Amino acid sequence: MSGGVDSSTVAAMLRAEGHNVIGLTMQLWNQRRLAGREGMPESVQGRCCSLDDVYDARRVAQQIGIPYYVVNHEERFERDVVRPFVEQYLSGRTPIPCSLCNNHLKFDQLLVVAQQIGADRVATGHYARVAYDHDRGRWLLKRPADVSKDQTYFLFGLTQEQLSRTLFPLGDMTKPEVRELAHRHGLAIAEKPDSQEICFVPGGDYKRFIDAYLAEQGESLPDTAGELVTTSGEVIGEHHGIHNFTVGQRKGLGVATGSPLYVIQISGASKQVIVGGDEHLYSRTLRARRVNLIAVDELQEPMRVAVKIRHRHEPAAALIERIKTEPTGEDEILVTFDQPQRAITPGQAAVFYNGDVVVGGGWIA
Amino acid sequence: MRRIYLDNNATTPVLPEVFEAMRPYFTERFGNASSIHHHGQETRAAVENARESVAQLLGCSASEIVFTSGGTEGDNLAISGLVAAGDHVITSSIEHHAALHACKHLEEAGCEVTVLPVNGRSLVDPADVKRALRPNTKLISIMMANNETGVLQPVEEIAKIAAEAGVLFHTDAVQAAGKVPIDVKRIGCHALTISGHKIHAPQGTGALFVKKGTQLRPMFHGGRHERSRRAGTENVAGIVGLGKAAQIASNAFARGDEKKMAAMRDRLQQGILAQVDEAGVNGEGAARVPNTANIRFDHIEGEALVIALDLKGLAVSTGAACSSGAIAPSHVLVAMGLRPDQARASIRFSLGKQTVEEDIDVALSLVPETVARLREISPRYSAPVKVGSQE
Repeated sequence: MSGGVDSSTVAAMLRAEGHNVIGLTMQLWNQRRLAGREGMPESVQGRCCSLDDVYDARRVAQQIGIPYYVVNHEERFERDVVRPFVEQYLSGRTPIPCSLCNNHLKFDQLLVVAQQIGADRVATGHYARVAYDHDRGRWLLKRPADVSKDQTYFLFGLTQEQLSRTLFPLGDMTKPEVRELAHRHGLAIAEKPDSQEICFVPGGDYKRFIDAYLAEQGESLPDTAGELVTTSGEVIGEHHGIHNFTVGQRKGLGVATGSPLYVIQISGASKQVIVGGDEHLYSRTLRARRVNLIAVDELQEPMRVAVKIRHRHEPAAALIERIKTEPTGEDEILVTFDQPQRAITPGQAAVFYNGDVVVGGGWIA
Repeated sequence: MRRIYLDNNATTPVLPEVFEAMRPYFTERFGNASSIHHHGQETRAAVENARESVAQLLGCSASEIVFTSGGTEGDNLAISGLVAAGDHVITSSIEHHAALHACKHLEEAGCEVTVLPVNGRSLVDPADVKRALRPNTKLISIMMANNETGVLQPVEEIAKIAAEAGVLFHTDAVQAAGKVPIDVKRIGCHALTISGHKIHAPQGTGALFVKKGTQLRPMFHGGRHERSRRAGTENVAGIVGLGKAAQIASNAFARGDEKKMAAMRDRLQQGILAQVDEAGVNGEGAARVPNTANIRFDHIEGEALVIALDLKGLAVSTGAACSSGAIAPSHVLVAMGLRPDQARASIRFSLGKQTVEEDIDVALSLVPETVARLREISPRYSAPVKVGSQE
C-alpha cells in the first residue's frame, strides 16, 4: 500500500470480496535524507515513503478495517536499487530503478515478509495480469486491459514462484474505472494524483540526486569528463561527466552545428560521448543480458515476438534467439528487429511480448 | 480472536477502579481546581488527595510532587529545569529518548554533556560516573529501570556519588514505579520522573518528584500552579486517576504482589527458552523489574515476529514504542554490545497488573511455533533473483 489510488483500491476490493487482507507499506527511502542538499528540494511532501503517503495508506487501511503495518527495508532498497542506479549512470547506462525495486523489494522482500507473517499471496496495484496456463504448466504475465497504464515492462523479472503468489486485481480495469471504484468505496484518496517520477528522485532531476547522494556518502563524483566525438571519430567538444547524458538526448550537448545532434553512444571505458545525426540513432539489433523467461522455460529456437525497448515504446516486431557471448560464455538473447529502432539504450530493458503475453525480458547490453 | 496484551511497558490499560475513581470528574465534578467556589474546592480537594497518594508511593511529602503530562514532560522539566548554560551533565547511553534528547538540546544551549557507556548487561558503572565528574557538573541523570530490558541501575550508589560531589541527581523512574518499591529518601535523588500510563492510569498524566529546596526552572510559564513549577490548569480527572493508580500500586506492594508478577514473568521466560534454542535474555544476570523479559531470537527479524504474533492476537514489541519504524536498531541493545542483527532479533515481553496465568499459557503456545516458522523461511524463499543487477 503506497497511499496511492491503485493499491488502496486493491485493498478495498479484496476486503469487500471477503479475503483476509493485511495492509503493508514498505518504508524504502527516507525522503528527508537529501532534502536541501546540492540543489535538492527542501521539503518533500507527498512522495512515496513520505509521512504523508504512509499516513494516507494507514487511513485507508483503517477505513476499510484491515490490520496495517509499516515494514522498513531502507537498507536493502539503498543497496539493491539506489546504489545500482547511481553506478549505472556513472558507467554510461540509463537505469530502470522500478524494475530493480520490483525484482528485489516488491516481489522478493515483500513476499518473504508476507510468508513470514502467514500470508499466502501479495496483491499490488500494478496494471498487469497474471494467470496460470494449464497447457504450458506455467504462470503467465500478461498486459492489462488498460494498455496506457501497462506496467508489465517493469515486471519482466518475475519468476514462476513469484507469479504464483501474486495477485494483480486491477488487470482488467481502466484507470478511470479504478478511480470510480475508489469513490464507491468512499476512499479519501480517490482523487489523489498519480506519481509519475522515480520515487526517490523528487522533481525528476537525477543529476542533482547523484550529486547529493554521493556528497552525503562522502564520496566524490568520479571524474568521467571526456570528449564529445562524432560518429566518424572527430572530437568536437568536451563534456563534464557521462552521467549527464542518455542515448537519444539532444539538449545539453554544448555544441552547435548546422543540423541537430543526438547522443548516439556513451562509453564508460573511454569516457567519450558519441554524437551524431538522427539517422545514427537507429539500429536493428540489441543484445539482452540476464534474461528472465516467463512464458517459456527456455528459448530453444528463435522466436518471433514484439519487443519494447523502453516503457514508452510501441512493441516492435523482432526475432529473438539465444546466443552465447564471448568471452564470458554467458547466455544472452540477440534481438533482431524487422525495422530499425530509434535510441536503443544500454541499461534499459528489452521486454518480449507475444500478443499480450510477456514472454520474458532482459537488460540491454 | 482472543487478544493477549504483553506490551505493558509501552502502555497499560486503565484499571477499572481507576476509571471509576475518575468518572465523576468529567461531568459532575468539573470545576477548575483553582476556582474559589464550591466547584473548584471539590476538585482542588481531589487533586490534593491524589498528590498525597503519589507522594506515598514515592516516599516523599505531597509538596514535593509536581503533576505533569507524563514521562517525557517530567524528564524534560527535570533536565532543563535543573541546569543552566555552562553546566555539565552526566547521563547514560541507555536513557529513554526523552532524556537523551533533552540533554542534546542542552548541548545546543551551551551545556556540556557526558554520555556514559554501559556494560553487556546494560549497567552503568558508578566508578564511571565518579570519573566523569567535573568542576562544573550540575546534574547526573540515570534512569532507574530501562524500558526495553527492565534492568535496574545502581541508583543508590550513584546518588551517593552525587551527594559527595554536591551534584544533583535525577532519575527517570517511569518503568520502575509501580513495579518495584521506590523510596526517594533511601535512593537519595533530587528529582524523579514517573508516568501515569505505565501504572494503569490514563495517558497524559505523570508526576515529577522535586526534593524540597531544589531550585527548578519551569518550562511552562503562566499561572502559579504546582507551586509555580508547572503552569496550566490541572487535568483533574487524569490526576485523580493517577492518584488512584498510585494507591493501588502501594497496596499491591504491601501485599507482595510483585513476587507473583516475577513468577509469571519467569515462567514465560523459562518456558520460551526451554522450547526455543538460540535464544537468550538481554540483560541476563542483572537485577530487573519483575514484569519485563527482553528476549533475543537469533536468525529472525524481530519486526516480522511482532507482526506475525499480532496477527495471532499476541501483542509484544521490538523495543520502545517511540522508535517503531525507525531505521536504527534499539540504541539500548546496541549500547549493551549486541550486534545490529541481534538487536533487531529481540522482542520485549512486558506484563501488567491485569496479566493472568492464561495469558502466559497462550504466549507459550504461540511464540515457539512462530519463531520456528520464521526460521524455516529463509531470507531468499525462492531462487536467487537472476535479473537483479544490470551488470
